[in-house]
Amino acid sequence: MSTDRFAPGVRVRTRATDPAGHTRLPRYARGAVGVLVEQAGRHPLADDRARGVPADPQPVWHVRFAAADLFGTGDHTVTVELWQDYLTPIEEAL
Amino acid sequence: MSDDHGSSVISAQVRHVESLLESRGLLDAGEIDTRIDEFLAGGSPANGARIVARAWADPGFAERLLADANSAIREVGLSMAGGLQEQRLKVVANTEAEHNVVVCTLCSCYPIALLGPSPGWYKSEAYRSRVVRDPRGVLAEFGLELPVGTSVAVWDASAESRYMVLPRRPVGTEGLAEDELAALVTRKGLIGTAVV
Repeated sequence: MSTDRFAPGVRVRTRATDPAGHTRLPRYARGAVGVLVEQAGRHPLADDRARGVPADPQPVWHVRFAAADLFGTGDHTVTVELWQDYLTPIEEAL
Repeated sequence: MSDDHGSSVISAQVRHVESLLESRGLLDAGEIDTRIDEFLAGGSPANGARIVARAWADPGFAERLLADANSAIREVGLSMAGGLQEQRLKVVANTEAEHNVVVCTLCSCYPIALLGPSPGWYKSEAYRSRVVRDPRGVLAEFGLELPVGTSVAVWDASAESRYMVLPRRPVGTEGLAEDELAALVTRKGLIGTAVV
């Protein structure tokens, strides 16, 4: 996957699965659609570090969600910081 | 969301490793507590208040702070490098249109090196689980009723960045000096559970 598919403004869907070990993808933000706000550096995936697995740094993103998309209610936004591995860009319909 | 760590397997393992290191002379008894005390000694909400006061007094600084907080806070002699590695600081500004509030839903991530230890309620399961779902309700319990026209942005410190809120400058403070402005800023104001 080309990394330039990830850029501010791109809509992404988060991973929906519940991994067996440590993860930094909060349960409430799984399988949800949000928008990339900005990149917040590069870091090894926390899931791998927690298991002692070697991991190369990868982009970490601020992803903004509408509360209604996460909880079915609410007019606020929630911005979560997520490793790129958790995210899949959504291709916009032309 | 993680459970209480006090009696977990990992804390028992940490205590075991600590005692092994001590028994082999690699670590002095109490050395970790000393290091933690040193780490915390420089951290205080007064640091955040100084940053906010400078931002209120100097629009150019405010702009640099919002663009790259780690660089900007060095202008007032502060740093996020108090720990083992420098953490990224993201400062988010309250406006008439949007109010920001910070949480760590996974544990209790907080800019400790800058602001000192977080308040107890910040680490409580009630705050962590509820503020992402119903920030207006939680803020109301803190005594903060936001105008209907003000939207709420919640920031979950779920990875490596740490967050601080830049509160709005109170009206009627035009004549105040920076240290007088700093005295108005509260820890809750820096987290977003109060306005200044």
